[in-house]
Amino acid sequence: MQDLLDLESLSKQDIIGLLDLSQNMVEILDRPIKKVPTLRGKAIVNLFFEPSTRTRNSFELAAKYLSADVINVQKSGSSVEKGETLWDTARNLAEMAVDGVVVRHQVSGVPQQLADILDVPVINAGDGSHEHPTQGLLDALTITQAKGSLAGLKVAIIGDVLHSRVARSDIWVFLALGADVVVSGPPALLPQKYEEFGVEVTADLHRALTDADVIQVLRLQRERQSSKELPSLWEYHLRWGITSHSLSWAHPDAIVLHPGPQNRGVEIDSEIIESSRSRILPQVRNGVAVRMAVLFRLLGGGHDE
Amino acid sequence: MKHRALLMDEDAIRRALMRIAHEIVEHNHGVKNLTLVGIRRRGVPLSERIAANLMAIENEAPDVGSLDIGLYRDDLANRPFSPVNQTSIRAQMVDRKTIVLVDDVLFTGRTVRAALDALSDFGRPTAIQLAVLIDRGHRELPIRADYVGKNIPTSRLERIHVEVKEIDGIDRVYVEKMDVAEETE
Repeated sequence: MQDLLDLESLSKQDIIGLLDLSQNMVEILDRPIKKVPTLRGKAIVNLFFEPSTRTRNSFELAAKYLSADVINVQKSGSSVEKGETLWDTARNLAEMAVDGVVVRHQVSGVPQQLADILDVPVINAGDGSHEHPTQGLLDALTITQAKGSLAGLKVAIIGDVLHSRVARSDIWVFLALGADVVVSGPPALLPQKYEEFGVEVTADLHRALTDADVIQVLRLQRERQSSKELPSLWEYHLRWGITSHSLSWAHPDAIVLHPGPQNRGVEIDSEIIESSRSRILPQVRNGVAVRMAVLFRLLGGGHDE
Repeated sequence: MKHRALLMDEDAIRRALMRIAHEIVEHNHGVKNLTLVGIRRRGVPLSERIAANLMAIENEAPDVGSLDIGLYRDDLANRPFSPVNQTSIRAQMVDRKTIVLVDDVLFTGRTVRAALDALSDFGRPTAIQLAVLIDRGHRELPIRADYVGKNIPTSRLERIHVEVKEIDGIDRVYVEKMDVAEETE
């Protein structure tokens, strides 16, 4: 494995290998000294061209817990604002001998293009509406910890599925691990073509949640509110919001995930976030372990045979 | 062509682990405040067996945990990627405890060096001792074992294989001698 650009092209074996590795990294977060010497002397650059708190900090801490050095490049305050192209920025950083590049960009496919021109591993931290592979892995890890395995589980993904890179990465990893996946949300935001991959597509939330073991609640991207693809927030909450009422349709042991940040009272009620059904905080913790595993996998060995 | 010779069978391993348990009790005046730490992978079942022996001798069980040293290797850049296994020890099993590290074979000492580094990230033990089933010599670091099942002088061309029921389905130790031709391939 040279880069982590998507989950679609990973084999089931690669996915299981990364999840096992992640599970074994979780323990490090409980140590009094949360630092192993594994990536000592390696430098990693976080190239974030889109706002992010959780993912950027999670990657930064993951690298630091592995003893790597990290620098952060953001759009504002950098040469990007002066008109430098992404390619020139990346090439200049490569020349400073960085050993790995983590990239988030609003355009799908940018991580792939960077990987094509750089010799060092590239990790996709979210590109456009394409994929967010480490989020897919941390969701799979969180579900595995709660349920033992994804095989045979019914997993419902609720929200703006069409524009969601989280949904896309989730679908690939959940299907690879043997789950039944159903997606639901406003009809204009449901890609019918997902049926080709064996995903059930329905605008009917009741149908989607019935007997579900896991509910992944996507963030309502309020910046899309003006595009007329979305109903009002009030209507959205009424029809697709996760509330104690709609949750009662799911399996009694169903768990609730959310990639964050949450719009409380819109796609999910506060009382659900705070309830014992929520696995939202474990998701955040697992995110650091997953990113440690990915960094170790890509930078922690000599040349693969 | 490889030449194999059996060095220890099931009974020999069982007796060696029982003797090591007696030596640990004698040396530490019991098992109070003791933690056995098995190094992944084959040190782990050996540590569990020594713990069972200690229980039989003293009627008191020590803490037992496992440690994977994969993240502490000093040759990461020169070998293909290999995953790490679970580490089950926790800070309260290490800090102010007497640790007995358990591994199958003591060779260059680099695994033990990595384990010592790893342990110091969990806390400050009162003392760290080392128990190994086989000491085959060729140390590259100033490290020695406190408890040894069997000393086996070897050449660097030989490989020592320790097999345990929990992982390999059989208890035995054998040496494999590689032909010079094969070694230089």
